[in-house]
Amino acid sequence: MWQPPRKSLPVPKLNEVCRYIRSKNAGPFWVTVDLFFDSGESYAKYHDDPAISAAAIADIYGVDAALVKRFPVPSLNMVKISYPRATPQGGVHERDMHSGQQFVPLLQLQLMSRS
Amino acid sequence: MTVEEEQCVRVLVPAGVLGWGVSADELEAGLALKPHAIAIDAGSTDSGPAYLATGRTKYGRQSIKRDLSLLMDIRRRAGVPLLIGSCGTSGCDMAVDQTLETTIEVAREHGEALRIAVIYSEQGKEDLKVRSAGGMVTPLAPAGPLSDASLEACNHIVALLGPEPYMAAVAAGADIVLGGRTTDTAVLAAIPLMRGAHVAAAWHAAKIAECGGLCSVNPTGPGVMMSIDRDGFTIEPLSPQNRCTPETVSAHMLYENSDPFRLVEPGGVLDVTEAQYRALDDRRVRVTGSRWETKPYTMKLEGAGGGPFQTIMLIGIEDPAVLEDVDGFVERMARGLRERVNRTLGAEAGSIDISLRPYGWNAVSGRPAGGNAAPPREIGLMFIATAPTQAMATEAARVCNPFFFHFPVREGTEIPSYAFPFSPAEIERGQVFEFHLNHVVHTASPFELARTRWIDVAAAPEKSASA
Repeated sequence: MWQPPRKSLPVPKLNEVCRYIRSKNAGPFWVTVDLFFDSGESYAKYHDDPAISAAAIADIYGVDAALVKRFPVPSLNMVKISYPRATPQGGVHERDMHSGQQFVPLLQLQLMSRS
Repeated sequence: MTVEEEQCVRVLVPAGVLGWGVSADELEAGLALKPHAIAIDAGSTDSGPAYLATGRTKYGRQSIKRDLSLLMDIRRRAGVPLLIGSCGTSGCDMAVDQTLETTIEVAREHGEALRIAVIYSEQGKEDLKVRSAGGMVTPLAPAGPLSDASLEACNHIVALLGPEPYMAAVAAGADIVLGGRTTDTAVLAAIPLMRGAHVAAAWHAAKIAECGGLCSVNPTGPGVMMSIDRDGFTIEPLSPQNRCTPETVSAHMLYENSDPFRLVEPGGVLDVTEAQYRALDDRRVRVTGSRWETKPYTMKLEGAGGGPFQTIMLIGIEDPAVLEDVDGFVERMARGLRERVNRTLGAEAGSIDISLRPYGWNAVSGRPAGGNAAPPREIGLMFIATAPTQAMATEAARVCNPFFFHFPVREGTEIPSYAFPFSPAEIERGQVFEFHLNHVVHTASPFELARTRWIDVAAAPEKSASA
């Protein structure tokens, strides 16, 4: 019997499966990003997505992947990702003293995991 | 009082930072819970290197004095010690002395006799060079080994104190302890540790309470009470209207921490991986299962110094001809300004940096805005000249002023004028400050880098009779 080709559901962007994404300085030399998923289901499905791997994050922020720290926190359905600043907080070329806007490039991040 | 309550050590944490604005109502509510101590942090590197490099406080003297006055009044009525860590934002000696001066001023106004212990933690460069040469200073990622040049570049260097000097000061009879730079947690954990509470619970409670009401549902209520016993701790907001929930409390471990489970402190590591957060009722949370791993004693260093100087200018642009190609316009202007600086300032030009930041376009990220981005309605274009002296930075700004103000959209077109909000157009922003140290010192004792000084304030005679 003929069947139509199966349509795969579109894979969401990060801000479509998170209720809140934020970034903040963690001391003068580190930035920490918190990804709060919108449900236990989203967390289970996407917390290990290759688009938010240490290597992918290192790529986005131009830092050494070996220094990127990643902590899944299942009790809060969130993933914390920390990476070293390219230059210490507050130098000549500072644009974001508290790293509070550094989460923005992640909002439209295309996830890769399919159900 | 029940046995359970007696075995509990309560610390009133009135706010996340001294000068934030403690609440008199909350303090009364806290007093009724019979605290064993009042403890508060007064500093941080959070706001950048300027505070440590200059010794200037982030909060104004009036804000700090108001909080101190309320806290000293509650302290006297509770008859318990008041501990303040990282005095004056950076916790360097001159910042601690400013807080001391204000404390004495308040004591005199209250007519109160006081025994004040001041614990300094500013460090000398020569001493640190010797320790470094002896292998006792090690880097934290991503820093490399400590160089003498990094030490020399600092105006002030502080070591982060642990709880032990506070415990010793209170044991020796201090009513108020004013500390130099201290870990946010150590100043809050000191009294519970001194009274034999569960060690990991004391540190964990302190980490949760360090930002005051930030661990509650309504962070605008600044104060919390932490109660530590032999098995765990309970946290509750001071305001009866505010609530702590297991989510708000556990989520606070995420805040400004690069690792949500392990927190390195002087003399050990707090590990909360197995911690359980349970609601006792609708506003109190009970926490158990935190662990403490004792480690060799280390004290983290912070150091900051002055760099070059900046002069800035700002223009607003609404002209659609500019806005349809902001990237191209900014790039051409940057080239034009650079050429003008090189041409006009000669040999000095090489040491001058010119940066253009189009706010409303991509000033925050500095990344390309992307080809499909719609033109903004307006931009604020900030000009920053950075130079070895303020005079040179201002000279560069004045050289650039007419070009910045009139830069044509296309070569050969009429000269436009953009919108300056100020006259004179240039603003001398001052010096750039920089952090230089990301290292720890290995010490044989928690007291090795601390210096304690005692100050006795006598009661004012005319007021002591009526007190």
